[in-house]
This record gives sequence, C-alpha cells and structure tokens, in this order.
Amino acid sequence: MSGGFDLHVIYQNIPVLWEGMQMTFLLTILAIGGGILGGTILALCRLAPFRWLSLVAGSYVNFFRSMPLILVIFWFYFLVPFILGRPVGGFYSVLIAFILFEAAYYCEIIRAGISSVGRGQVAAGQALGLTYRQNMRYIVLPQAFRNMIPVLLTQAIVLFQDTSLVYVVGLHDFLVNADIVANRDNRLLEMYTTVALVYFVLCLVGSMGVRRLQRSYAL
Amino acid sequence: MIEMKQVSKWYGEFQVLKDCTTRVEKGEVVVVCGPSGSGKSTLIKCVNGLEPFQEGVVTVDGISVGDRSTNLPKLRAHIGMVFQNFELFPHISVLDNIKLAQVKVLGRSDDEAATRGMSLLERVGLAEQADKYPAQLSGGQQQRVAIARALAMDPIAMLFDEPTSALDPEMINEVLDVMVELAKEGMTMMVVTHEMGFARNVASRVIFMDEGRIEEDTTKDEFFGTQRGERAQLFLSKILHH
Repeated sequence: MSGGFDLHVIYQNIPVLWEGMQMTFLLTILAIGGGILGGTILALCRLAPFRWLSLVAGSYVNFFRSMPLILVIFWFYFLVPFILGRPVGGFYSVLIAFILFEAAYYCEIIRAGISSVGRGQVAAGQALGLTYRQNMRYIVLPQAFRNMIPVLLTQAIVLFQDTSLVYVVGLHDFLVNADIVANRDNRLLEMYTTVALVYFVLCLVGSMGVRRLQRSYAL
Repeated sequence: MIEMKQVSKWYGEFQVLKDCTTRVEKGEVVVVCGPSGSGKSTLIKCVNGLEPFQEGVVTVDGISVGDRSTNLPKLRAHIGMVFQNFELFPHISVLDNIKLAQVKVLGRSDDEAATRGMSLLERVGLAEQADKYPAQLSGGQQQRVAIARALAMDPIAMLFDEPTSALDPEMINEVLDVMVELAKEGMTMMVVTHEMGFARNVASRVIFMDEGRIEEDTTKDEFFGTQRGERAQLFLSKILHH
C-alpha cells in the first residue's frame, strides 16, 4: 500500500461510485414502493373482518419478521431458480426478496397508522354513506399515511443501508463498486472511509428530515 | 319515518338498551335526553346502523336497518348524522368535506357538489371559510360545517348525537340556531341533547332514557308540565338547577 491518504483516487473513481450509487438508489426506491404497496395490502388483510384473511396475513408477517434478511436473499437467489429450473438473475431475485421482506415490516407500520385514525372518523364516513372501500381510500388511509410518514422514512433509511447486502449475489451497488476499486488500486483506507462518510451523511440528512417532519406534524 | 320496536343491545354481559320502542314521524323533532350512560347515544346510532343491535327491529322509511340484506351505505346516505366531536375530515378543506360524499356516494359532478356546498356554507354563515382546513375553525364553526356536510346529502332525516356537548358555552347558540332553523323548516330530527331550551323551543316530543330503558316518551308540553315521572323529574332538577 502506498502511503498517505490519496484524495485523488476518490476523485478519479467518482463515475464508478456514482454508477454503484444509482443501483443502490434504484433498489431502495423500488423496494420501498413495492414494500409499501405490499404492506398496505397486508395491513388491510390483517384488519379485515374475515378471520382467515387476517390469520394468513398475520402468519406472513410473523414469518418474514423471524427471518434474517440475508437468508431471504439467499433463498431467492439460489433456491427459486432451482425450483423454476431457470435463472432469475441477481437484480430481480434480490428485488423480490427485499419487497417481500420489507412488506412484512411496512405492514406493521401501516397497521399502526390505520389504527391511529379515530373510530369517530370511520363512523363519520359510514354515516355519509361511504362504503368500506371508499372510507379506507378517502378518509382513513390518507390520514394514516400522514401520521406514518416519519416512521415510514425511518424504515426507508434502514432499507437504504440494508441494500448493501446485495454484495452476496454480486450486484454492483455503491459499496461493491467502492470495494472493487479499493482492491484494484489497493486503496482500502480511502475507499472504505468514503463509503462510510457517504452513508453517514445521507442517513443523517434523512433522519434530520424525519425529525423536522415529526415536529411539524406533532400537534 | 323512523320506527324502533323492542330494540335491545348488549355489550357482552352488559345490556345497554332494554326493549326500546318509539317512533319519529315525518317532520317531527324528537329530543332524547337522560343521564350519561343511559344509552341515548347508542339508541340514536341504531337508527343508521352505526351500532348493531341484537334484538328488535329498526326501520327507516320502511327499510329494516338490522336486516342483513339491507344496503347500509345506501340507507345511511339518506340519513344525516352530526356527532359530538364534529368528526370533520382533517386532511381536506371545509368545502371538500362537504363535497366528498356528494361526489363519491351520490355521483354528483364536482361543480354541482361545489355549488351545493357553497350554498349550504352560506346558509350556516361560513362561506368565507370554504378553503380553510377544519383545524383552523372554532368548535362552533366546525359543527356548523358538519351540519352542512350532512345536509348536502339531502337527507330525509337528521340525527344529532350531543351536537353541543363538546363546545365552549359561547359557541353553543350558533349551532343551536342552525338546528332551530332546520326544525322550523320541517326537517325530521332526532336529537340527543341536554339543551332543554332547544327542546322547549322546537321539540315535538321528548324521550327520557335511564339505564337503557325509555322511561318517558311524551309530548313536549307534558314533559315540561307536571305530568312527569320521578326519575325524569330528578334528572331535570339536576340539569336545570342553576
């Protein structure tokens, strides 16, 4: 290893790091979107008046919350192609794993959010003749999501960090690209420090945003 | 218009309504009063099926509320309800509160709903608040918006569940004024309230409830006259003390 802290190597490799960061962002955004969609459906099932439906959704949530994320990723990367008899590809297998895993967590957040909307609001919607679906869509869910924004964002930050686990399936995200450069140019110190700083700053900005939101929504 | 026959309801072991029978004719204003926990709010919520009941029959305009085949949302769309805590939708503007069900339930166009909404806001004296959010309004104003929201559905009857109980004293009259006007126009109303002035002024009949039972169901004059039962007498003496 050549001595000193070489900023030049970081500067030189910005394009490849940015490419990795785009993968990280893409995975994070798709997983959040899919996770919230799946989580909303799961939460509605858990709160549904049909016992069997809430039981199925509840089991799903409990199952995925008891699994380490890395195991879910392995499962979809190694076993699903084996079952299907054809490769799924790193990106899609990881994306599906993230969405299924995150949906379980988002479900619990969204369920709490829905429960935070008062009984009186539901009754008011009912009294106006809204059906269950209309009541959920126009009255309950908009308020629930407003109440949930801080927690949803916190979960998004955690997810953003967790996407770095994709290195196990060989996807080139921010961390993996930095690692490749680090080993190729023998600049471990510079690269790992840069990665740490970037994650730190992005997550810090994110959680400061969450705190601001919490203050402005607090009554 | 509204008919209740031997309605009983239990919360687990506890019986909240005992064999309640009464009726409200078209154009009548019936005031329901009684001590807290006597079941009056529960009774009024049985009328539009917000509270299920185990025994008895409730019909509104000939339609049975408790019947499983009844389309409850459709029935409720024609029965206005005003709640103790207003229950305006906090995430949308005042005008949107009034428009929402008109558009989504009655299928009115956006313009039609807005026109109707504005004319009702005008009527309750709040046209200039149309674009504000509910939290920016005082309690009295919010309750008047809630009344406008219910009226926008062109209801055949209006239910009021303690509409002034959550209000500061100086705001009670602005809400009662709207209700009195409504009563004088011939709206069929069932009103749970302790406002005996309102009852004296516009009620056709007064129902007195105690421990889940309808103890008295008489004309206003009889109720405020001397022909009144011991419990109702005691209740009135308590709330009219000062």
